[in-house]
Amino acid sequence: MATFALTRRALIAGAALVIAIPRLRAPRAAPAATPAAATPAPSLISLQINGHERRLAVEPRTTLLDALREQLDLTGTKKGCDRGACGACTVHVDGRRVNACLTLAMRVQGRAITTIEGLAQGDDLHPVQAAFIRHDAFQCGYCTPGQIMSAAAFLAEGHDADPATIREWMSGNICRCGAYPHIVDAVRDVAISRAANGAG
Amino acid sequence: MQAFDLIRPTDLPAAIAAMGKGRRFIAGGTDLLQLMKENIETPSALIDLDALALDGIGADGGGLMLGALARMADVAAHPAVRAEYPAISQALLSAASPQVRNMGTVGGNLLQRTRCVYFRDAAFPCNKRTPGAGCPAIAGQNRMLAILGGSADCIATHPSDLPVALAALEATVVMQGPNGTRRVPISDFYLLPGTTPGQETVLAPDEIITMIEVPASAWARRSAYVKLRDRASFEFALVAAAVALDVRDGTIAAARVALGGVAAKPWRAMAAEAALVGQKADGATFAQAAALATEGARPAGRNGFKVRLAQRAVARALGALV
Repeated sequence: MATFALTRRALIAGAALVIAIPRLRAPRAAPAATPAAATPAPSLISLQINGHERRLAVEPRTTLLDALREQLDLTGTKKGCDRGACGACTVHVDGRRVNACLTLAMRVQGRAITTIEGLAQGDDLHPVQAAFIRHDAFQCGYCTPGQIMSAAAFLAEGHDADPATIREWMSGNICRCGAYPHIVDAVRDVAISRAANGAG
Repeated sequence: MQAFDLIRPTDLPAAIAAMGKGRRFIAGGTDLLQLMKENIETPSALIDLDALALDGIGADGGGLMLGALARMADVAAHPAVRAEYPAISQALLSAASPQVRNMGTVGGNLLQRTRCVYFRDAAFPCNKRTPGAGCPAIAGQNRMLAILGGSADCIATHPSDLPVALAALEATVVMQGPNGTRRVPISDFYLLPGTTPGQETVLAPDEIITMIEVPASAWARRSAYVKLRDRASFEFALVAAAVALDVRDGTIAAARVALGGVAAKPWRAMAAEAALVGQKADGATFAQAAALATEGARPAGRNGFKVRLAQRAVARALGALV
């Protein structure tokens, strides 16, 4: 059955073909320091992502973030600062939240990687995803995948559910819209219902 | 990020043997990759330390042993660290973000480079990066920078929290290189800038930090870390204080005070320590000692507020111990 429902991603990708998008920031000239090593040939690696084995060719300098977005079409993980300061790229590696922008893809072979695309069970949203919708915990939505991945890890880590503790342990995720009050409400909602259900 | 090779040795001797000019070791990578993305570091190869079994955390009556590759989050959460060395746990939990603490190692955290904005921007000259290039910070944006131990060439501060707690608890850094193992007290590990600000520690390029040792003590058990910063979380210290007291019958038998965010190394405040010993453990004693903590301070122009702020951090941290 043909579908005419374009995804937002496909639309943006299509638009890029006809519209020359100007660079927002000129690349900064590299200092005349050590000459760059000859670019090593990409190596074929295998990554375990959302329960599936994915094979791809990467250079040593390819970050997990770029591998996900540029090579595996998993664009739910966002690139914000690309310096570990904003949390938009938060994913789980062996169940622990990390910044994909500061992770080299070659160094996470054999580890279990979970991205926002792997959080729901089929059509059943993860409780944090459902709570973000219920509490309207976003505005533009760019930081949301990272916020949700961080919140899911926060719950698994087993912290107290008071607002101050949530704010402290969610501080690695920046929201420039300032949706923080609703984000805290959403996380607190899930934490309290989990505690009530004895799920810790 | 410029291209580089990734070398993945399977044991410590192989990692040390792989070191060569233009190469860097990579552990958590949270600082190194930032520097590489800014072209501040441009290594030809990274030597990956992941396969080295150096991430153990052990504690007994004699002290605490932290494998250099133990993750910051794991050390902070370890029951023995929380109970017997609370300043270490508190310092780690005040550092960076939960994500970064899951990645960063304690050995790597000792080697985090300064957050001086000029050092981190390749468009500016910096004596750390290029000896003799000049230091725009001294007459520039120096609000975050050193009030103690600076030189005419550099007033950068060390940004990490953990080393400040380690200085107060008199930890030892264990390093291994081609010529074997050596142990250096943390107070001798960092170098003041002088005329060679590029040389920040005594660690040789082909040496690897393998362990951090912290002796058990009554004062380590009664220790605390207070960090004051521009926002509530996920920010570097303007000033910080790690303090530790051994109090017997209300009288201070031993005291340790170290400041962070004020110098290129964790700053032991000996005069403050001396003012505490033998005195009653009360607010008046703490205020008197705190006033001595910044002895010799020379603010750079925009960071004069740090002198009193550091004193207050000391007083607050001491107050939290009784």
